[in-house]
Formats: sequence, structure tokens, C-alpha cells
Amino acid sequence: MTDLRYSKDHEYVALDGDLATLGISDYAQSQLGDIVFIELPEVGKKVAKGKEIAVIESVKAASEVYSPVSGEVVEVNPELGEAPALVNDDPLGRGWLIKVRVSDPGECASLMDDAAYSSFLKTI
Amino acid sequence: MVTELDVATAAPPALAKLPLDAVHRRLGARMAPFAGYEMPLQYEQGIVAETLHTRRRASLFDVSHMGQAILAGARAARALESLTPADLASLSPERTRYTQLLNESGGILDDLLVTRLPGVEERLLLVVNASRKQADFALISAALPQFDFNPLDRALLALQGPRASSVLGALLPGAEDLPFMGWRAFDFGGAPLFVSRSGYTGEDGFELSLRAEHAEDLARLLLSHEDVAPAGLGARDALRLEAGLPLYGHDLDETTDPVEAGLGWSIGKRRRLEGGFPGFERIRIALEQGPARRRVGLEPQSKAPLREGAELSARDGEAVGHVTSGGFSPTLQRPIAMGYVASNHANLGATLSAPLRDKRVDVTVAALPFVPHRYFKTPDGKDAR
Repeated sequence: MTDLRYSKDHEYVALDGDLATLGISDYAQSQLGDIVFIELPEVGKKVAKGKEIAVIESVKAASEVYSPVSGEVVEVNPELGEAPALVNDDPLGRGWLIKVRVSDPGECASLMDDAAYSSFLKTI
Repeated sequence: MVTELDVATAAPPALAKLPLDAVHRRLGARMAPFAGYEMPLQYEQGIVAETLHTRRRASLFDVSHMGQAILAGARAARALESLTPADLASLSPERTRYTQLLNESGGILDDLLVTRLPGVEERLLLVVNASRKQADFALISAALPQFDFNPLDRALLALQGPRASSVLGALLPGAEDLPFMGWRAFDFGGAPLFVSRSGYTGEDGFELSLRAEHAEDLARLLLSHEDVAPAGLGARDALRLEAGLPLYGHDLDETTDPVEAGLGWSIGKRRRLEGGFPGFERIRIALEQGPARRRVGLEPQSKAPLREGAELSARDGEAVGHVTSGGFSPTLQRPIAMGYVASNHANLGATLSAPLRDKRVDVTVAALPFVPHRYFKTPDGKDAR
């Protein structure tokens, strides 16, 4: 998980070959507050960059998560059904959302690295 | 990621600041616009922890955005009855009553607390919702021009939870003996501090009104107590939903009347017979025949919360109501909601359904409150309501 890339919508991608682990940033989880339910896609679902892949419910509101990459869902985090707060506690680790076999690893090039994302957060 | 909260965070320019704004920021509050004010939505602990702390110990809320005013003059209570269905004329000094301002068709313009102040002159202290205060104050001063009507520039703090009484009693001896919906003026460092045993959480607690320049001292003193933690609007909303208490602009508005809203208990016996308030005809019929729809508790049979606006359908698909408040209950650790349902579908235990994104979920009609009220009862068992 060393090479994280972030979208302006605060999703992250950790790319290992053509396998991408997706989640939301620490900033995103702190903005949402206590997460109480996460609706994840089915394994096998085709996802397209910019399309909704999950819905995160906090105490206050529902928030859509958009995929920063295109591809096919190959795994969803099995722990989040019983423990959605893992996304609050460890968003970049045990609180990952889904794994996607990406169709175009080049899509990640347009995402921000750590430094660029940190700078981006300062503009919000 | 796009959240509904983003919309609220896109702040319009002229937001008013609370007198304790700097205190909230020092405590790490996340601020959000509400009713024209920048309000603490939550502190570092978060909505779930703040809600649970209120149920277990005591929380301090800043509700200074709410409107406070005094209506004064001979027979002011009787006069205010021309706008509200409560029996205010019988309200004893130092007692508070809940009521609603009604429009001509019996719809609710706002809900409010009315306290009869002590003293020879008849004076009523009114506390109204922030979002409605300008409209309420304009209505009351126009409808009752023969009375003195003065908005008060005072902070309002709420100390709520099972430890609230011991905490406040240590600071203001005698406060712990106030009855539920009782009121008394105390001295706080030379300044008058109005204490009302009331709240919006379902717990025992107090609402504390004082001039803004003294509010920070009071807040610091209360927060220095080991049982007290700050809580924001998010926890306040979760607590009131758990307690089945309606929120103006969501569960109550100009299209809802007090009977269908489940507030018939607040309509005085004498007023039911005599009328003399706006919308009496509609309310009299609703009281006699039962309302066509009712505000009820709703238990979604899903892990995901149902939100405000969700349509409710009967088994056969007929639209029978809608959700007016919905969220996740930190105390019960499951989704809860309330809404209006046609009376013939509003029996406890009835199963309705609601859309939830691309699915449908069953929704069970449930009793309110979801979390039992624990208001203070005096030793004789009366709650003085």
C-alpha cells in the first residue's frame, strides 16, 4: 500500500499490477463521521471510472462513492458488513472497500499522489 | 465521493456566529450551517459517542440559535391562547408548557415552550425554533399589539443526561429539585440565569438561558466536570429521534396539525371545548373522529437507514405515507425513522415498504419513543407536565 493515488472525490487506489484496492481517504472518513452501513457492489460487476460503486451511510447522511478506475470487481471487503466503522478506524488498511481488476492501469496516471492530494486538501 | 453534507457545507455568506463560537472551535467542533447559524455539528468524539454519553452521563449543547422573547402585559397568557391550542391561562408561575403556533387551517407554524415568569406583572418567556423566530416574532407582535413583546439577546445552553441534575445542583443548589417543566431564575456570578427543567433528548436535563457575556464562564464550568462532554447538533438530532420528538421543518410544518402529529396531549381540555385558536374546526374534527394520518415510529428491516422523504407503501403498493425523519440510532445500533402514515395503515406492527436505492425494504410501524423517556419525576410521582 505504498503507492496510493487519490481522486478529487477523495477515493484512493492502491495499484498492484492490474489489481486495484479502492477505498476512501482519511479526510473523507473524518468528514463523514461515524459510518453505520456500507452498500458494496457484487463481485463480477463491471465498473467504469466516475460511476457509483458504493454507498456509505453515516449517522447523518448517505454518500456515494465513485470509482476512480474502470474494470471488474473481484473482491469486496467481507468485514464491512458487520464492522462498517473499520472505514473510520483504518480507511487505508482494514477499511478498504473493493478490489478491482483494472482494464486500463493508465487511468491511475491522472490521479493525485500523496503530495498532490495533501496540497489539494489545503485548497478545500 | 459526494455526500449530502457537501450541499450543507456550501455555506451562504452571511451566517451568524454563536456567542460561544470560539469555545466550540477550541473544542474541535466541526461547524455546519443550520438555520442561518454556524453551528457545531459534532466534536472530536463524533455523533455516536456524543449520543451515548448523553444517555449515560451528561452533555452540554449550545442551542443559542433558538429564539427567546418575552410577552408581557395583563392577561398575556389568555391573549397568546388566540394563537396556540394550549391552556396557557392556567399556567402557574415558574411552570413551562409545550405548545404550537397554528395557522388558520390548524397547520403548525412552529412549536415552542412557554414559561409563566414569576412576579406581579404577567410575563411569558417564549422559546421558539431558530428557523422560525423572525416569522414567529412578527406574527406575535402583529397579532397582539397591545402587549410588550421583546426578543431576548441571551445564550441558551442545554445540559442533558442522567448526571445533569447532580452536576447542575452542585453549581446551583436547588436546581436538582426543580420539577420537570419547572423554571427558576438563579444567580450566576451576579447575572440572572434562567433554568428550565426541559430538553429535547428524552433524558432528564436543563435548559440554561443567560446573557452571552456570561455564557462562556458557565460552559467552561460545566465542561470542567468529569461527567460532562460537549455534544453537537448531530447528536441532538439522533437523541430527539430516538426519543420520538418531532423536529420542526421535518416532522412538523404548516401542513401538519397537532392531532395527526401526535401532539394532542398538549391541547388543553378547556381549549378543546372552547376553541378560540386558529384551525379549531379542523382540530376539533380530528380529535372527535381521529386524524386521517398519524405520525408514527418506523423500523426499517434493513441495515441501511431510511432517510427523510422516502415514500411508504402498503403491501398492495398503495402509497400510504412518507418518512419525515430517519437515521441510525446510536443507542439501539439500528436504523430508526418516523413519518406520517394513513391511519388505516398505522397500526403498531403493520408492515409497509419503502424504496432504498434500487431495492425495497420492509418497514414496521412502531411505537414512539424508541428509547424510553427518563424525565425527572418528583418524589410524589408527578411529572408536573
